[in-house]
Amino acid sequence: MLTLFGRRLLQLIPTVFFVSVIIFLLQQLLPGDPATVMAGEENDPEVIAQIRKQYRLDLPLPVQYLYWMGGVLTGDLGESMRLKVSVSELVLQKLPVTLQLASMAIIIAVAIGVTAGVISAVKRDTWWDYAVNVLSLWGISTPNFWLGIMLILLFSVQLGWLPASGYVSPFEDFWGSISTTIMPAFVLGNAIAGILMRHTRASMLEALESDYVRTARAKGQSEIKIIVKHVMRNALTPVITLGALEFGTLLSGAVLTEQIFTIPGFGKLIVDAVFNRDYAVVQGVVLVTATTYILLNLLADIGYILINPRLRSG
Amino acid sequence: MRPIFRTAMTALLLAAGTMAAAAQTNLRIGLAEDPDALDPTTARTYVGRIVFASICDKLFDIDDKLNVVPQLALSHETSADGKAVTIKLRPGVKFHDGEAMDAEAVKFSLDRHMTMQGSFRRPELSVVDKVVVVDPLTVRLDLKSPFAPLIAQLTDRSGMMVSPKAAREAGDRFGQKPICAGPYQFVERVQQDRIVVQKFADYWDKDNVHIDRITYLPIVDSTVRLANLRSGQLDLIERALATDIKEIRANNRLKLVTAPELGYQGMTINVGKGEASKVFADKRIRMALAASIDRAAINQVVFNGEFTPGNQWVGPTNPYFQQKFPVPGRDVARAKRLIAEAGVKTPIPIDFMVPQGPETRQVAEVIQAMAAEAGFDMKIRVTEFATSLTEAEAGRYQAFILAWSGRTDPDGNIYSFAKTGQPNNYGGYSDPEVDAWLDEARTKGTPAERKAIYEKAAAKLIDEGGIIYLYHRLVIIAHSTRLTGFTQLPDGLVRVKGMKLN
Repeated sequence: MLTLFGRRLLQLIPTVFFVSVIIFLLQQLLPGDPATVMAGEENDPEVIAQIRKQYRLDLPLPVQYLYWMGGVLTGDLGESMRLKVSVSELVLQKLPVTLQLASMAIIIAVAIGVTAGVISAVKRDTWWDYAVNVLSLWGISTPNFWLGIMLILLFSVQLGWLPASGYVSPFEDFWGSISTTIMPAFVLGNAIAGILMRHTRASMLEALESDYVRTARAKGQSEIKIIVKHVMRNALTPVITLGALEFGTLLSGAVLTEQIFTIPGFGKLIVDAVFNRDYAVVQGVVLVTATTYILLNLLADIGYILINPRLRSG
Repeated sequence: MRPIFRTAMTALLLAAGTMAAAAQTNLRIGLAEDPDALDPTTARTYVGRIVFASICDKLFDIDDKLNVVPQLALSHETSADGKAVTIKLRPGVKFHDGEAMDAEAVKFSLDRHMTMQGSFRRPELSVVDKVVVVDPLTVRLDLKSPFAPLIAQLTDRSGMMVSPKAAREAGDRFGQKPICAGPYQFVERVQQDRIVVQKFADYWDKDNVHIDRITYLPIVDSTVRLANLRSGQLDLIERALATDIKEIRANNRLKLVTAPELGYQGMTINVGKGEASKVFADKRIRMALAASIDRAAINQVVFNGEFTPGNQWVGPTNPYFQQKFPVPGRDVARAKRLIAEAGVKTPIPIDFMVPQGPETRQVAEVIQAMAAEAGFDMKIRVTEFATSLTEAEAGRYQAFILAWSGRTDPDGNIYSFAKTGQPNNYGGYSDPEVDAWLDEARTKGTPAERKAIYEKAAAKLIDEGGIIYLYHRLVIIAHSTRLTGFTQLPDGLVRVKGMKLN
């Protein structure tokens, strides 16, 4: 099993390299000149020329790429042109925030989605099933920004229970931190819960009709035991992959939700950086999130193997 | 049970609130964006200036009539030939690190603005040849040529003084922990989350500073910013929307404060840049487009009538507004006549570039409908802002909605836009007479002399210049009634002196 992991880890290298080239090139395709954006309203040609020189924007693309890659390999992701702060510092500052938000969102999503999916599969074609389906459809189809603003108006402006926006670190004030992140986490989790529910339901239904379940039933095992031990264990494999992928997406920043709730995570960082053509920040953050995403995929594969021993031979 | 519980909670909260108020007052200000680096030399955003207003005092400031008033300096005097400006400094001023704010420090700061790599102040001070220390409290700026707007430059970031010791130590990382001579000193910043400053004990005017701490919180979404103010998590927000004014006025716990902006909103017209400029090269077509627009209607339809229609680079309340050229009404008949005279076939297709944004887009649609009646077919092309600048630079547009945030001196609103070859002259306008007048206005000393020169330029530019001015926004600030003593100046900055939080 160790060689399997080793091989998968080695495969990461070309993938990440490829990703880095794509990030770099895509960014160059963005119209709009970073030096002009940086120079601000005054648009002074002397200032623009100097910015180009300072950030090596006047060099040919491959050379710019080599400078960047050289930095990345030595652990230097470059410097934000706008904030004059190193990108690694920014990433380290935002990563815990995004991790916390993503974890809370995925916990909420799994708690709602998997539970609802199991219920609707087990109680197939009853009013339970229909109710859960309507709920999941609602979750998938409600726009984040709308739900976010509605929650703020209800819980902050009307009831005054939760802060409307902002972020507090859990190490500073644990409950304060929960109260600032619960609404955005719910908004994000709600959307994913719907997707998880549909998948859980589908794969549960499939498993419920399989031979081994019939056999278990024939052996006289209790229904609860069958569902928990036999059905769920098999049915949840694809749900884990999906959860890991959704978690990865959350890590790359929940752009709209972070914007609405003013959560200083990756999403806000990337949006600001793109609008300001802050290349180093966009490249750095996307590279970090892409690598994390790839790693999460690997972890999901490992998760499969742990849950389903039949896959170990591969 | 419930009401009792509620009352108890309210009492508890109130008690806690009063205790906190007695202990320390913290003013929470909601900003519309996250500022860039907080170094006066390399900063470039409007929102950054709002934060600087509490941490970095300037040599001079402005008052509500846009007069220059002393801040770190006491007075200024320009020599007869206009080429030397002597500035007397306020004695006993200290930087946040305890260093003295004297003539040496002023020379250091100005030199830093003029020479540091990555400085955005260099163009603003390009006319300064050298800074001379006359005595510990006097500096003299020797100029390459007379330059009337210089003192106005010193009312903004160019006039912000930094501690030489701290700046030398921090180098280009100074913006991460700025040390200036303002009423508040920098405490911490978490990018995109908050900037915290606290009262500076040795401030030269400390009797006028009443609030202990200020926390600036960038909240981009204007609805959320207002929701935070309504729910009491913020005490003041900047740049509220014109469409929210009604709601703010209706709320008895909020106060609305406004001031006319220094800048303008306009439509840049390609009159001389590349192939696309051909349509408007005939000034009658450009005049026809201007005549087809009802500025008052734009203001009513998009901004509930809260803004001010305009036709010049300064607003009607600005001392440099030329009363001789009042904002004209709409005249479709004239527009049609002008087009007919020019002999151009209608409808005239126009590539109309509009930067992304809900308000600009609405304005563009109103213009599109109005211009259509005169015979223009304005084809709206919504473009992301950074891209639109590149397009405009290259002359790939015919009309372009573009705003200018404005400067205290009128020169800052027109020179770079109308003089031949200047960086903001996106319309490619070029006229030797206008060039000469704009240069001349820079060298004259008194406002009356300068206004007379600008009048000549206005007569020409209103008809044929590269910009059709449309309206002037309001600086819209909303704050909780707990806050008192706040006044708004046209530059939109939040000046913290004199404010009290009850």
